[in-house]
Amino acid sequence: MLKHKVLSIIGVVALIAVMSVLPFFAREYYVEILIIFLINVILAASYRLIATTGDWTLCHVILMGAGAYASALMAKYFGWPFWMTAPLAGATVGLVGLGIVYPMLRTVGFGFFITSLAVGEFIRLSWIKFHNPFGGPRGMINIPEVGIIGSIDFYEAIPYYFMTLVITLVCLLILYRIDRSRIGKAFKSIYEDSVLAESIGINVGRYRSFAFVIGSFFAGIAGALLAHRLGAIDPHIFGLDEMVYLLVWVIVGGSTTFAGPIIGVAVMTILFEWTRPLMEWRPLFFGVILIGFLIFMPGGLESLVPKFTRLFGNRKASQARAEEPAGAKKSVV
Amino acid sequence: MAMFEVRGLCKNFGGLTAISQLNLEVEEGEIRGVIGPNGAGKTTLFSVISGVYKPTRGKIVYLGKEMSGLKSSQIAARGVVRTFQRTALFHHFTVMDNVLVARHLRAKGGLFRTIFGTSRRIDMEQEKKALEIIDFMGLSHLKDELADNLPHGHQRALGIAVALASEPKLLMLDEPVTGMDPTETQHMTDLIKKIRDEWAMTILLVEHDMKVVMGICDKISVLNFGKKLAEGLPQQILDNPDVIEAYLGGEDVVALLGGEEAVA
Repeated sequence: MLKHKVLSIIGVVALIAVMSVLPFFAREYYVEILIIFLINVILAASYRLIATTGDWTLCHVILMGAGAYASALMAKYFGWPFWMTAPLAGATVGLVGLGIVYPMLRTVGFGFFITSLAVGEFIRLSWIKFHNPFGGPRGMINIPEVGIIGSIDFYEAIPYYFMTLVITLVCLLILYRIDRSRIGKAFKSIYEDSVLAESIGINVGRYRSFAFVIGSFFAGIAGALLAHRLGAIDPHIFGLDEMVYLLVWVIVGGSTTFAGPIIGVAVMTILFEWTRPLMEWRPLFFGVILIGFLIFMPGGLESLVPKFTRLFGNRKASQARAEEPAGAKKSVV
Repeated sequence: MAMFEVRGLCKNFGGLTAISQLNLEVEEGEIRGVIGPNGAGKTTLFSVISGVYKPTRGKIVYLGKEMSGLKSSQIAARGVVRTFQRTALFHHFTVMDNVLVARHLRAKGGLFRTIFGTSRRIDMEQEKKALEIIDFMGLSHLKDELADNLPHGHQRALGIAVALASEPKLLMLDEPVTGMDPTETQHMTDLIKKIRDEWAMTILLVEHDMKVVMGICDKISVLNFGKKLAEGLPQQILDNPDVIEAYLGGEDVVALLGGEEAVA
C-alpha cells in the first residue's frame, strides 16, 4: 500500500519533470499544442468530477466557452490583468453553473444528458445572437495578452506554457483532493446508489449541484487560459464537435480513476496530431475509436494499468493477482 | 407523548390505496414489530416515514416535531434511518468505505478543510467510529473487502452497519434476516437486541420470520390491506383470531404457532 503510494508520487514527479523539459526540445508549433493539451486536461479532469456522481453533461465545453468570454470581456472592457480575470472567470462560470443546475436536477442519467445539451446550446446561441457584448457569430478578437511581467513576455509560447503548467497542476491538485475527500466519496455514493445515499443523510440534489458548480469553475479557468492564448474566440470553437472530443477523451481514458481522463487526453492529442494530414477523415476516425472503445474496452485505457503492473511487477504481486477470481472488481473510491 | 407517532396516515398511488388511516405510537427504546401478509403496506409505510414518498394524508411526528414531507436526507439528519428490503449497498466500495460514507452526516468540517488537508484529525476520528461499528456487526475481518464480494448474510449485516453509522435514534429494519440460515438468523436477532440495549435505539422491525418477531419484539402491530388489523403484545397477537384469519393458508398459521415442520 505504502509502496504503491511512493511509486505513484515518483511517477507524478517524473511526469512533471518531463513536462517541464519537453518544451525546450520541441518546435514552437508543438509547444502551442502542449498548451492546448494542458487546457484540455483541466477540462477533462473537471468533467470527470461531475461524472463521479453519475451526471454526464453535454454542456461542459460551453461552460469553458463561458469562462473564455468572461475573461475576454473583463480584460478588454475593464482592462483587468490575467491574474484577476482568470479566477473571476472561474467564479463567473461557477455562478452560471449554480444558476443552471437547479432545473437540471429534476432529471437524471440520459435525461440529464439531454437537458444539459439544451441548456448549453441556449448559452451558445446567446453568444451568437448578441453582438453586444459577445460579438455575435464572429466572436471576439484582440483579446488582451497576459502581457509582460518582470522581464518575461507571456506572449511567447514557452512562458505561457509554464504559466499554464503551473495553473494546471494547481487545478489538478485541488480536484484530486476533492476526489479523495469525504465529499468525493459522497459524490461516488450517489452514483452507486442514490436512494441509499439519500437515506443516510446525503442530500443528493445538493451534492450533485456541488459537483456541477466545482466542475464549472474549473471549466471557466480552462476557458480563460484558452481565450488569452488564442487572442480571439467565437461561438463555433465551443460547439458540439469539441464536446464530442471531450467525451472521447474521457471514455477512451476511462473515468473510474482520477488519471483516466488525463490519459485519454494525452493519447487522443497524439492521435489528433498524427491524423492532421487526413483532417476530413477525423470525425469518422474518432467515431470509430469511440464505438470501438465502448464495445471492446468500456473500462477505458485506465483499465489496462493493472494489467501492465502485473506484467512488470514482482512475482509475488503477480501471483497474488493470479489468485484473484476472474472478473474480480476493484474499489472505485 | 410517544417518541414516534403516525397519525391518520394515508398513502395512495393513483387509484391504489397502499396505506389507509394508519395510527401508530412507538415508545422510546421499544422494539416494535410490523407484520402482515405480503402487500399489506409494511415497506410502503417505511418508505413514507423515511421520506421516499410523501403522505397523501396524515402526519408523521418524531420527538414532538412533524416530519411529514421532508426529504430522506433531512429525516436521516433528525435521527430516523431505514434499511432496505433489497440489499442496498455501495457495491463498488469496500466495507470500510461503505460505513465511512455513512459517517458523512455526523462528520464535521467543510470543503476548505478537505482541500487544504487540515481535516486529518476529523478523518481519524471518523475512521475510529466506523471501525467500532464494523466490529460490532462482526465484519472487522472483511473491512477492506469489496461489498459486492461479500456473502449475502454479511451484506445484510453491512446494510445495518451503514444505517447505524449515521447515528439514528429510530432505526427501521426492513426484513433484516431475509435469505439467512438459522445460525445467521439467530446471530442477527441477538445483534438487533444488542443494538437496542447498548445503543439506546428504538427499533421498528418488519419481518416475516415469526420466530424472530416473537423473540425480540416488545409489541407488534399487524397490517393488512394498508390498515392496522391488530396491535398488542406478542402473545396477544398470536391468540388474535383476526390475525390468524389474515394469515390463512395453513402454513402461515402453523408458522405463527411456532411449528416449523409443517411449513411446506
